[in-house]
Amino acid sequence: MLYVVIGFLFFAVVFYFLLGGADFGAGIIELFTSDGNKSRTRHTSYQAIGPIWEANHMWLIIAIVILFVGFPVIYSQICTYLHIPLLIMLLGVTARGTAFSFRNYDAVKDERSQALYNHIFVYSSFITPLFLGITAGSVISRQIDPAADNFLTAFVFSWLNWFSVAVGFFTVALCGFLAAIYLIGEAKEQFDVKRFTKKAVIMNAAAVGFGGLVFLAAEVENVHLAHWIFGNPVSLTAVIAASLSLILLWYLLRRGKTKIIRLLAGFQVTMILVSVGYRHFPNVMMVKGGKNLSLLTNHAPEATINDLGWALLVGSLFILPALGYLYYSFQKKKDV
Amino acid sequence: MNDFLAARSQMALSLGFHIIYSCIGMVMPVFMAISHYKWIKTGDHVYKNITQAWSKGVAIFFATGAVSGTMLSFELGLLWPKFMEHAGPIFGMPFSFEGVAFFIEAIALGFFLYGWKRLNKWFHWVTGIVVGVSGVISGILVVSANSWMNSPAGFDYVNGQYINIDPIKAMFNEAWFSEALHMTIAAFAATGFAVAGIHALMILLKRNVNFHTKAFKIAIVFGAAAAILQPLSGDISAKGAARRQPAKSAAMEANYHTVPYSPLLIGGIPDTANKKVNYGIELPGLLSFLVYDDFKTPVKGLDQIPQQYQPNVPVTHYAFQLMVAIGMFLLLIGLIYFFALWKKKKWLTKDWFFKLFVIATPLGFIAVEAGWTVTEVGRQPWIIQGVMLTSQAVTPMPGIQYSFYLFTFIYFTLSVAVVFLLSRQIKMVPELYDH
Repeated sequence: MLYVVIGFLFFAVVFYFLLGGADFGAGIIELFTSDGNKSRTRHTSYQAIGPIWEANHMWLIIAIVILFVGFPVIYSQICTYLHIPLLIMLLGVTARGTAFSFRNYDAVKDERSQALYNHIFVYSSFITPLFLGITAGSVISRQIDPAADNFLTAFVFSWLNWFSVAVGFFTVALCGFLAAIYLIGEAKEQFDVKRFTKKAVIMNAAAVGFGGLVFLAAEVENVHLAHWIFGNPVSLTAVIAASLSLILLWYLLRRGKTKIIRLLAGFQVTMILVSVGYRHFPNVMMVKGGKNLSLLTNHAPEATINDLGWALLVGSLFILPALGYLYYSFQKKKDV
Repeated sequence: MNDFLAARSQMALSLGFHIIYSCIGMVMPVFMAISHYKWIKTGDHVYKNITQAWSKGVAIFFATGAVSGTMLSFELGLLWPKFMEHAGPIFGMPFSFEGVAFFIEAIALGFFLYGWKRLNKWFHWVTGIVVGVSGVISGILVVSANSWMNSPAGFDYVNGQYINIDPIKAMFNEAWFSEALHMTIAAFAATGFAVAGIHALMILLKRNVNFHTKAFKIAIVFGAAAAILQPLSGDISAKGAARRQPAKSAAMEANYHTVPYSPLLIGGIPDTANKKVNYGIELPGLLSFLVYDDFKTPVKGLDQIPQQYQPNVPVTHYAFQLMVAIGMFLLLIGLIYFFALWKKKKWLTKDWFFKLFVIATPLGFIAVEAGWTVTEVGRQPWIIQGVMLTSQAVTPMPGIQYSFYLFTFIYFTLSVAVVFLLSRQIKMVPELYDH
């Protein structure tokens, strides 16, 4: 049952990255859109994420609940040493969620308040994944120091280091890329398709650039990233698969296949997560002094893991079909 | 402000904020489903307008509740990592189920909000019901987790170790039913009176009277019924608290001395230094009767509890008195409403009648906040009653006061924004819904 729970944790993280990430990305794309086209982008992304956006963010809750029920030591360590980036991320989540719903449900659509909501929405769409990425990077960065005796080492340098920050920007670029690819398929007019394609190219280039920086920063901070990714057949295969599918994606996009490329973009991000995660699994958290926190040894007692596993299995019987039907029915209605 | 106090204040603030949104998120879908049903059945467009107007409010409240809930799921760890490290595996089951229920609620809400004209009308109606039902279930589950902190179960605490963990037993601890019942009824009473009060004000101002009268009726029936039922569930809760948490119970009553024929105290100002209460009305034997069903048995007072394990008596006492006083007032006007409905139909058009409900608008939520103050402050200094002290659970991270100031600013801003948006919605009713 432990592996069932770990599987759910992994899927919740992947889904959050893909669905929540594309959601953040929509805001990032809007942030980097020229003023003249902003409202077009807004309209397309609202059509795309309106009905499903609340659900997209539930994956974060599922992941966090699995963590604190099933792996409480890991949860409490992350919350203690990464208090600050988590706090900033949460402020981002709050600002973003409320601004999104305020701008759609404000009964009076006057320019001033709409402009305010839009501002908050786009900036928090950028900040939130940045700090999510920083948090995720820090967890494996070996910069968290439980033996630290001063504030800066314990609570600031645990996340403010080259590696974590590079992972943060890499995450932002990936979110933007996911959203751009998604929006290409939503756009009704050729003008918008072109615009989003351009954004996808830029985001793709940014992701490659920041990805390179992540490797560089890993060398600087002594994180064995290259070894994890290239040192074993599974991770290597995943990276190669991601690269090949990227080529396929651009080829298919030229042929006008605007829907299938979404799957490929999702596939790439999943492969990136697999390739990074595989080698150091089951260690999910690596702290200074060579100590690792493993999912296989730092879990809750057997009884809890069993109950949690059943709750997740039964719960997903309700959630997945309902969620699938939600995506399906709004996709279908839009296409008609 | 020291870090411990800042952490407690931040937690109290976050919960106090979240609870309002979750109550509304639980109850409003039920009101919407009723008016939605009436529209489908009667074809009366006013009901459709009411449903749509309410649903826009609900979307705002749901989004705010969802983000403040996400915030809380992290704050538990950010502020109380030691507590979560040990308690997570024991009391986490309700949170797992709540995650599922909340997810379903979000999916159903997506269908409901975007389903007008798109979905089959009955399927659309059912998605609204699903939002309400899963909302209520979520609320019950979260309260059940809280009740475990008051009434720990499902583990043995031996030499500082938590062993023999049984999460299901922890979930169905002794207090879960009474707490969940009390909170669910409270949510209906508070939301019912708040919504009814706002519509009553609009009726008094003679704006869209037909629209607001129909909306008022749906809300007040639930609010009044809940207010009438609430004293019963309060009695169950109070009896349980007296048995399981004598310190909390004694602080609620400011009961300093263990004596036979324990008196029930109404009002009064506790004098902590001299262990007595000034200016209160004492009803001899009534407390014994409420707790033990006989007038003589002494009820444990604060003299039986070591000083360091006593909660803040004045805060707990005032909060409790405030909650009960409001409860009684809402019970009274709830009865007046049903009496008017039954015997005095003409009251239902009188200004004084609606004024009563306008006065009551915020009271239910004030009582909810007061009730949570009793539960949480009354449990101090424990975070897990009798097992772990709150001070042992707090994060080692310094400077929590700044985080508290930040949260205060954010919640204040959000509250202002929500009130502003709501007033705009109400102002727009004539334009959007006046057919």
